Amino acid sequence: MSNGQNEQREMTGAEIVVQALRDNGVLHLFGYPGGAVLPIYDELFQQEDIEHILVRHEQGAGHAAEGYARSTGKPGVMLVTSGPGATNAVTPLQDALMDSIPLVCLTGQVPTSLIGSDAFQECDTVGITRPCTKHNWLVKDVNKLAATIHEAFHVATTGRPGPVVVDIPKDVQFAKGIYTPPQTAPRTSYQPTIQGDLNQIKAAVALMATAKRPIIYSGGGVINSGPEASQLLRELVELTGFPITSTLMGLGAYPASGKSWMGMLGMHGTYEANMAMHDCDVMVCIGARFDDRITGRLDAFSPNSKKIHIDIDPSSINKNVRADVPIIGDVGRVLEDMVRLWRATVKTDKKALHPWWEQIAKWRARDSLAFTPNNDVIMPQYAVQRLYEATKGRDTYITTEVGQHQMWAAQHFHFDEPNRWMTSGGLGTMGYGLPAALGVQIAHPDALVIDIAGDASVQMTIQEMSCAVQYNAPIKIFILNNQYMGMVRQWQQLLHGNRLSHSYTEAMPDFVKLAEAYGGHGIRCEKPGDLDAAIKEMIEVKKPVIFDCRVVSLANCFPMIPSGKAHNEMLLPDEATDEAVANAIDAKGRELV
Amino acid sequence: MNAQLQPTGSAYFIAKETEKPENHTLSVLVDNEPGVLARVIGLFSGRGYNIESLTVSETEHEKHLSRITIVTRGTPHVLEQIKHQLERIVPVHRVVDLSVMAEELGQPALARELALVKVAGTGDDRVEALRLADAFRASVIDANTEHFIFEITGKVSKVEQFIAIMKPLGLVEVCRTGVAAMNRGPQGM
Repeated sequence: MSNGQNEQREMTGAEIVVQALRDNGVLHLFGYPGGAVLPIYDELFQQEDIEHILVRHEQGAGHAAEGYARSTGKPGVMLVTSGPGATNAVTPLQDALMDSIPLVCLTGQVPTSLIGSDAFQECDTVGITRPCTKHNWLVKDVNKLAATIHEAFHVATTGRPGPVVVDIPKDVQFAKGIYTPPQTAPRTSYQPTIQGDLNQIKAAVALMATAKRPIIYSGGGVINSGPEASQLLRELVELTGFPITSTLMGLGAYPASGKSWMGMLGMHGTYEANMAMHDCDVMVCIGARFDDRITGRLDAFSPNSKKIHIDIDPSSINKNVRADVPIIGDVGRVLEDMVRLWRATVKTDKKALHPWWEQIAKWRARDSLAFTPNNDVIMPQYAVQRLYEATKGRDTYITTEVGQHQMWAAQHFHFDEPNRWMTSGGLGTMGYGLPAALGVQIAHPDALVIDIAGDASVQMTIQEMSCAVQYNAPIKIFILNNQYMGMVRQWQQLLHGNRLSHSYTEAMPDFVKLAEAYGGHGIRCEKPGDLDAAIKEMIEVKKPVIFDCRVVSLANCFPMIPSGKAHNEMLLPDEATDEAVANAIDAKGRELV
Repeated sequence: MNAQLQPTGSAYFIAKETEKPENHTLSVLVDNEPGVLARVIGLFSGRGYNIESLTVSETEHEKHLSRITIVTRGTPHVLEQIKHQLERIVPVHRVVDLSVMAEELGQPALARELALVKVAGTGDDRVEALRLADAFRASVIDANTEHFIFEITGKVSKVEQFIAIMKPLGLVEVCRTGVAAMNRGPQGM
């Protein structure tokens, strides 16, 4: 069906929806049917271009679409019904908003004549989703439906990407109207700045050229900008000889095996990365937003540095930290200019950075990610390390849930490519990882997709195992099972006198039997000596696997910047005695989180 | 490790505010479409910004553009954030901080408000109300033997003062439009 034929064709609203998805290049759709979207589901039934993935809960559809988007660079698309379908989508929408993931969510709505009457399965979808989307639309006129969906895709994928909602009443899905193909003319009020100001970029390059203790701090914006941006980042690091660290969201943009890599920064980042952030004289922030988990104490954040901040979203600039040289634009475009200008104007003197690199080597020698090995019980860090070793050389994608296991994964699993690491950074959504893995696997059927999970998080969306089995998506759920909400417990130890209020799960399902009940494969491993063989089995099984990795129950996640402290006041693992943990945060810090 | 740093706050670091809050007037040009006002107001409530006054009406019918005038209060840093956050809203065309522009132009922005003021009473109070209304150039738009409704236009301070004066003279109710504002000089926003 070509656009030409469609131009003047009359279609039902439901047909328009499917055609608009087709014209926007959609191949997969994650959804759950219900009364208010039945006409669209009827259309989906009668076509083969778009594959619909039936999830078990709308939240799963959202996170799966996020994983799909994050791993491909294309928008993730979800379709849910009105009322509870829409409200269940709220968590993934906010998650996508905070992590800048392009997500298009189509919701059914009660017929226009019933809107506002408290009809069955009615909710004010655009009202509820207004603060958790980049933009949303209620379409009351079938003739505007196609243009609205096209605009939704445009808004979701351009500028700072984000989630959008198109709410479609059932009568609009039945009504006949004219289909309009995607138009190139965007609305006048929405024009994100893509190209960075050249004078600002020149100023940034000049500042970087004078730096004695520089640092590059990159973020998820580099990943969002596309693989070219990651390539340019690598070129810039190579050219300048600057050390580089990254946020949780930016892992993989610069390879962990690269010689300038210092590891992740922030609350659970490496000692060398945080110390270098604190002591640097020029900071180049590329596509990151100075989140509170990154900065720690704001008034002691990198006190002696000039800060260059590249971001596509003007509201990110000067929000938490003042930028000396702000550059608004797409990271890829700005880096292109930056690399070109550096080549043309700067005579690189890498020797000048020697003292700085020597200092970094001293910090690195503290080996802040070290942990005490154990021959009897599995250390969670060890489990992640073995998993990493076993997956080397494979086409691997990692997702996580939220908590200690997430931080251990970020610290001990190493990423050499962008789009390989899917995690809920901003919102911190427990239950993200399993459905996200499903979405990744749908996009990359032959890849090895592993959800590094916690025993508590995974139970929030465990029902999507059923979906994975249905679609033969051989995702691997690698649970670091310590029977605790580990990060909650860690904070209770830090802040609340070790009173472990409701952070222990007394009744845990038998994850092996659970896997089998869903039609997947279950593995349990309790001894470090059995781990490698068990991981090998997990990778080789061509089915969804739940791997119940029993780890030491009371391990905590270090290093850590305790509450209310600065980058140079990290709590290192060798210093983290029980007493130090109990006293790490003073009374005033305890009032907050 | 670093003893001279005072332990404070938390990972949610709450910095001491050193800047002083100021009142600023923002002009926001938006597509006049359903929900646009909710987006603007939701932004203010969601991010904890203040609205002192808000006025909105369609100003360019053929382009379906509305102009929202918001008087808000915040530190310069917060005011800058408000402007950028408003600009992120998809149907928002332009945001101009009239107070900042006024400083650049070297002359204060014009801000006017209209109020309807109902006063009921007899005898001396009634006479006094009418006399004061005349002094304030408020016009009588409705009256019988027991009440007046005055229409008053002017600066916010003038309207405030007029209402305060009417209070002891039998003030019944007040309706105010909120501020309409623009910068002086030949150029637009």
